[in-house]
Amino acid sequence: MSATQISEQPSTASSHVLHLGKQLADTTTRSPWIDALRRLRRNRAAIVGLIVIVVNVIAAIFAPMIAPHHYETQNILAMNSAPQWVTDVFPKMVPTGETGGYIRVNNDYILGTDSLGRDLLSRIIYGARISLSVAFVGPFFSLLVGTVFGMIAGYTGGRVDNLMMRFVDIMYAFPTLLLVILLMAFFRASFTAGDEGSIAYRLNKIDSAFGGMLFIFIGIGLTSWMDTARLARAQVLSIRQQEYIDAAISIGARDTTIIFRHVLPNILGPIVVAESMAIPRYISFEAFLSFIGLGVNPPTPSWGSMIADGSNALISFPNQAIFPALALFFVMFAFNFLGDGLRDALDPRSNKA
Amino acid sequence: MGQYFAKRLLYLFGVLIVVSVITFFIMHQVPGGPFSREKQLSPTALANLNAKYHLDDPLYKQYLDYMIDLLIPTITTGEKTFSVTDNYLINFDIPGSEDTAFRWINFGPSYRSQTRSVNDIIREQLPVSAKLGAASLLIAMVIGIPLGTMAALKKNTVYDYFSMSTAILGVSVPVIILGPLLKYILAVELGWLPTQGWGEFKHLVMPAFALGFAQSALLARLTRASLLQVLNEDYIRTARAKGLRQRQVVIVHAMKNAMIPVATVIGPLFAALITGTFVTERVFGIPGMGSYFVTSIQNRDYSVIMGTTLVFAFFIVIANFIVDLTYAWLDPRIRLS
Repeated sequence: MSATQISEQPSTASSHVLHLGKQLADTTTRSPWIDALRRLRRNRAAIVGLIVIVVNVIAAIFAPMIAPHHYETQNILAMNSAPQWVTDVFPKMVPTGETGGYIRVNNDYILGTDSLGRDLLSRIIYGARISLSVAFVGPFFSLLVGTVFGMIAGYTGGRVDNLMMRFVDIMYAFPTLLLVILLMAFFRASFTAGDEGSIAYRLNKIDSAFGGMLFIFIGIGLTSWMDTARLARAQVLSIRQQEYIDAAISIGARDTTIIFRHVLPNILGPIVVAESMAIPRYISFEAFLSFIGLGVNPPTPSWGSMIADGSNALISFPNQAIFPALALFFVMFAFNFLGDGLRDALDPRSNKA
Repeated sequence: MGQYFAKRLLYLFGVLIVVSVITFFIMHQVPGGPFSREKQLSPTALANLNAKYHLDDPLYKQYLDYMIDLLIPTITTGEKTFSVTDNYLINFDIPGSEDTAFRWINFGPSYRSQTRSVNDIIREQLPVSAKLGAASLLIAMVIGIPLGTMAALKKNTVYDYFSMSTAILGVSVPVIILGPLLKYILAVELGWLPTQGWGEFKHLVMPAFALGFAQSALLARLTRASLLQVLNEDYIRTARAKGLRQRQVVIVHAMKNAMIPVATVIGPLFAALITGTFVTERVFGIPGMGSYFVTSIQNRDYSVIMGTTLVFAFFIVIANFIVDLTYAWLDPRIRLS
C-alpha cells in the first residue's frame, strides 16, 4: 500500500483535472487488465522490483554462461581469498603483507572465494536458480492444494464443508514447520537407504534430479495451503450466490463444468494476488531450511546454505556471508515491492481502506 | 465461557497428541537409529543397547511406554534415584510421609549423551530460548504497534511513508539476513556488542532485535490497516463530536477495537519466533534448544526429538489457546456460536 502512495502522491495532486477529460474518452476501450497494468506501470517501486526479478531470472537461466566459474570448481590455492576492493570495503579484513594480515588477495575472483576455494560470485549466480524456482514453483504447489481444497469445501457445502474446514483449523494449530523439518530429515535420510522400486526410492530419484528441491516444494505445499484454502472457499461461497451459477445449473451443466468454467476463473484473481504476496515467505522458507542443513543437497549452492557456511567465519571472512545475504535481501525486497504493487493495481479498493 | 474454555483446551490437547503420534512414527521411519555410527558397533553390543532402551519392542508399545512416562504422574516411595531413566521434570516431596515424592513428566534419556537426560536439556536450554523468544516478541510489539499507529493517524504523510517503508524493509530481512549483517556491523566492525555468548543483557540485544524486527513489520502493517478501519466507524465520530481530545479518542476508543485483529496474529507470530530461534541461536552462538532440535534429528536421538518437538508444539498450542481466549473475550459472538 505504501509503495504506490509514495510514487503516486505528487502526480495525482497536480495533474488530476487535466487527466479527467482524456480518461473519459478512452474508458470504453480499456479492459480491467490494461487498467491494472497502467496502474502497475505508474508504481515506480514495483517496476524496480520487477527489473530486479527479471535480471535475476536471466542470471539464473544463463548461469553457466554468465558465471565465471562452475559452482563446484575448487581452487585449493585460493581458499578464503578476497580481491583488493573487498579488503578495502571491509577494513577488518587485513591482507597478507601488512601487520596481522591473513587475507590472501586474489583479484581473479570478484567477490572472493569460500573456505573450499569456490568462487562466491558464481555460487551466488547459481544460487538464484534455487531461490527463483522456489519463488515460482512454491506458490504453484500451495495454489494447487489450497484452491482445490477450498473449492471442494465451498462448492459442496454442508457437512463435508464443515469437516474440511475443521481439518484446516487443526492444521492451523499444528506446528507444521516442525513436521516439515522432520519430514525433510526423513526424506534426506532415505535418500541412500530406500530399496529399489519403493516409493521413497522413486521420490528420491526425482528429488536428486531437482538438486534436492522437490522436498522443499512439498514442504511449502504442506505448510502454506491453508490460507489459500480459506480464501478460495470464501470466494466460492460468494460466487455461488450469483445468478449465472443458477443459470448454469438450470440448463443442466455438470458440477465439474460449473467449477472449472464458471467458478474458477472468477475466484483466481484475489487468490493469485494473495499468493504473490506470500512469495517472499517461500523464499525465506527455503533459505531457512538450507541454513539449518535440510534444504538443497550440497554442493548445489543455495543462498541460505551459503549464509550458514559464511556466518561460521563471519569475523574473519565477512564477505562469505554478507554477499549471499545481500543477494537474498534484494530478491526478497523486489518480490515484496512487486507483490504490493500488484495488489494495489489489481485491487484499487484496498488502497482506500 | 467455561464450556468454551474446556472445549478449546480438550481440542488443543488433541492436537498435541496428534503431533506426538506423527512425530513418533515418522522419526522411527527414518533409516538408521541412535546407535548407528560411522564406525559400526558389533551386533551384540547394538542388540544389548537396543534392549536396554527397549528399542526392540514393537513401535506401538514404545509409544505407549513413552507417553505413560510422560503424562502419568507417579508417586514414588523410598530414596530418590536419579538414574538416567528415572528423571522427572516435576519432583516434590509430599509432606507428612518419609521419602514419598510426587513425580511428573519424564522425557526419557538422551541416547547420544550418556550423562544428560532430555529433562536436563529442557531444564537448562528452554529458559534460554524462552528468554530470547520473549525479548523478540516484546521488541516486535514495541516497534510494530506504535509504528502502525503513527502511520494510521498521519495517513499519507511523511510519517506514514516512513513507517510503511520500514515495514517493507522489515519483511524483506528475515533473521537469516539481518542476523549476520547486524553481527558484522555492530559487533565486528563497531565493537559495540559482543559477537557471541549468552548470559548478560548485552548478549540479548542483537539477537532479539534481529529476530523481532521482521515480525514488528507485520504487526505495523496490521495495526495500520485495522486502526484505519476503526477510525472510520461512527462511534469515533461521536467521540470526536462530544469534544474528546485526539489522544483520548485514539487510546480509549479506537485502539481497543483496533487491537482485536492484532491480538489474533500473536499466535502465528509466536510460532514464527520459535522457528526463528533455530537460526538466531546458530548465528549468535546462543545455547538454546533450537540447535538440540536440529542435531537430534540428524543423530536420530529419538527421545530428544520427541522432547523438543513436544515442548515447541506445547508453546505454539498454548499461544493459540491464549489467542482463542482473548478473541472470545473481546468478541462475544465467537463463544456463543
